[in-house]
Amino acid sequence: MIDISDVSLTLGGSLILDHVGLTLPKGGVTALVGPNGAGKSSLLSLIARLRPLQTGRITVDGLPVDTTPTRQLAKVMAILRQDPGVASRLRVAELVGFGRFPHNGGRLTAEDRRIVAETLEQFDLTGLASRFIDTLSGGQRQRALVAMTFCQGTDYILLDEPLNNLDMFHARELMRTLRVMADGHGKTVLVVLHDINHAAAYADRIVAMKDGRIAASGETAAIIRPDILEAVFGFPMRVETLAGRLTVLHHA
Amino acid sequence: MAEAVTFPEAGRANRGLALTGAAALLACAAYMTVGLRGDLALVLELRVTRLTAMVVVGVAVAVSTVVFQTVCANRIVTPSIMGLDALYVFCQTALVFLLSGFGFAGIDPRLQFFGNFFVMTGLALALFLPMLGRRLDLGLLLLTGVVLGVLFRSLSVLLARLIDPNAFAVLQGAVFASFSRTRPDLLLVAGLIAAAGTVVVWRMRHVLDVIALGQDAATGLGVAWRRTAAWLLVLVAALVAAATALVGPMAFLGLLVASLADRIAGTGRHAVLLPTAALVGVVVLVGGQTLLQHGLGGEGTLGIVVEFVGGVVFLSMLFAGARR
Ligand SMILES: Nc1ncnc2c1ncn2[C@@H]1O[C@H](COP(=O)(O)OP(=O)(O)OP(=O)(O)O)[C@@H](O)[C@H]1O
Ligand SMILES: [Mg+2]
Repeated sequence: MIDISDVSLTLGGSLILDHVGLTLPKGGVTALVGPNGAGKSSLLSLIARLRPLQTGRITVDGLPVDTTPTRQLAKVMAILRQDPGVASRLRVAELVGFGRFPHNGGRLTAEDRRIVAETLEQFDLTGLASRFIDTLSGGQRQRALVAMTFCQGTDYILLDEPLNNLDMFHARELMRTLRVMADGHGKTVLVVLHDINHAAAYADRIVAMKDGRIAASGETAAIIRPDILEAVFGFPMRVETLAGRLTVLHHA
Repeated sequence: MAEAVTFPEAGRANRGLALTGAAALLACAAYMTVGLRGDLALVLELRVTRLTAMVVVGVAVAVSTVVFQTVCANRIVTPSIMGLDALYVFCQTALVFLLSGFGFAGIDPRLQFFGNFFVMTGLALALFLPMLGRRLDLGLLLLTGVVLGVLFRSLSVLLARLIDPNAFAVLQGAVFASFSRTRPDLLLVAGLIAAAGTVVVWRMRHVLDVIALGQDAATGLGVAWRRTAAWLLVLVAALVAAATALVGPMAFLGLLVASLADRIAGTGRHAVLLPTAALVGVVVLVGGQTLLQHGLGGEGTLGIVVEFVGGVVFLSMLFAGARR
C-alpha cells in the first residue's frame, strides 16, 4: 500500500502540492494523469524520497519514506524519473545491472546476471547489451532505463512518463509488461501517462491531478468520463466504447 | 538467447590499464637508472625518496580528482576549486610576511607539514560537514569554496607586495610544487594518509559507480547520497591536503591526469577508472621528471611544466565543451 496523507510542497514560494491525500492499495496498475505542471512528478519524487518531505506523511508498504534507511527502501520501491540523463560512460548491460545494486552492493552474482539477461531480453535490448548508452536512440535509451528500474526487482514500481520516446510497438509492450507485473507477480505499479487511452486500456485505477490537487481518483471506468476529463484537461472530448474498450476521442 | 548476454568488462579498458601500468613501470625504471653518476648509494637513496614522493602525490592527486569529478558530476572540475591550494599559498605568504624569509625558513618542516595539512582539512570539514545536517546544496558549498579561494588568492597577492625581495624568493620556493626538498619522515606520513584514503576509495568503487549516475538515480538505488557525498569530499580534501603539504600545490595536475585516464579507460566504471588514473598520475610525474632532468637538463621545474600542460588541457576541454 502507498499511503499519502496531507502532503503539501512549496517550491520557490509557490504551492506545488496542496494537501494531497491518497491511498493506493497493494497490487494493480495505477495511472497518474493530469496536465503539464499539475504536480505529478513532484508527487512521485516525494513518494520516492528523491525530494525531502515538507509536510504530511508518506508510507510505502508501511515504511515511512522520510525515516526508513534509503537502502531498505531501494529493495521495496524503484523509481524511474521523467528525464534522467546518464552522464556516466556505461554500456547497456552495465546500466541495467545497476538495478541490482541494492541487493548486491555492486558485485553481480550469477543470479544477478541471470536477472539482468532476462530483463534485457524482456525489453528487446539483448542486441544492444554492449553498446554505450550515449550511442543509443532516445527510445532505446528509455527502454534501457525502464529495464534498469525493473531489474531492481521491487514490489513497488514508480514510473514517470515511461512511454516517452517509445514507438507504438514498444509502448504497447511496456504497458503489457506492466500488466504482467501486476497480474502475474503481484507488483504495485504507479505510472504517469499522458496518453489517456493507454491509461484507459491498461490501468486498474486512475488518479487525475490538477493544480497540485487530486482532481479525481477511482476505478478506470469511473474516471474515463467526459465530464471528469473535461474538468481535468480543460476541453470537451467524447468517450466511446470501441471493440469493448473505453476510448477517448480527444483529437477532434 | 537470454543466457548468451556477455557482460562487457571492457576489454579495451583492461588493455588501456595494462599499457598504463607498463608505462608507469618503465617511467619508474628510467627515473631510477638513467644517468647514474657519483656516489651510487647516495644517489639511489635520494632517487628512491623522490620517486616515492612522486608516486604518492601522483596517486593521491589522481584518485582525489576522479572522486571529486564523480561527486560533482562534472569531468572538467578539479578539487582545487574548493580553494585548498589557495589557502595553502595564503598560509605560506602570511607566514613569510609575519616571520620574514629567515623566520619562515626556520620553521620545523614537520610543524609546517602538519599545520598545512590540518588547516586544509579543517577548511574542507567546515565546508562540507554542514551538508550532513541541513539540506544544503552541493553547488552552493562549492561556490563558497570558489569564493574563499579567490579571497585567499587576493590576500596572498596583497601580502606578497609587502614582502621584501629576499623573503619573496623564499616564498616562491614554497608555493611552487617541488619534489626536491621532500623529507623521508614526512613522506612516510603523507604516504600513509594517501594509502589509507586510496584504500577507502577503492572499497567504495561500486558506490562511486552509482553516484556517477546522479543524485536521484543513486538515491533510488539506495545510496544515502548526501552523507556519502559529504564524506567523499572530506576524503578528497584529506588526499589533496596530504599531497599539497608534502610538495606544494598542483592545481591542474589532477585535471590532466583525470582527463587522460578518462580517455584511456573508456568506461565510467571506477574499478578501471581509479587504477588507470593513479597510474597515469605516476607516468606524468615520474616520466615528466625523468625527461626534464635528463632530456632537457632542467631540474625542479616539474611543477610549473605540469601546471602549464594541465592548464592547456583544461582550456582545450573548455573550448571543446563549448563547441558541442
Ligand atoms: N524547483 C522548482 N522550483 C519552483 N517550481 C517548481 C520546481 N520544480 C517544479 N516546479 C513547478 O511545480 C509544478 C509541478 O511540476 P511537476 O514537474 O510536478 O509537474 P508535472 O505534473 O510532472 O508536469 P509534466 O506533465 O509537464 O511533467 C510546475 O508548475 C513546475 O513549474
Ligand atoms: Mg512530470
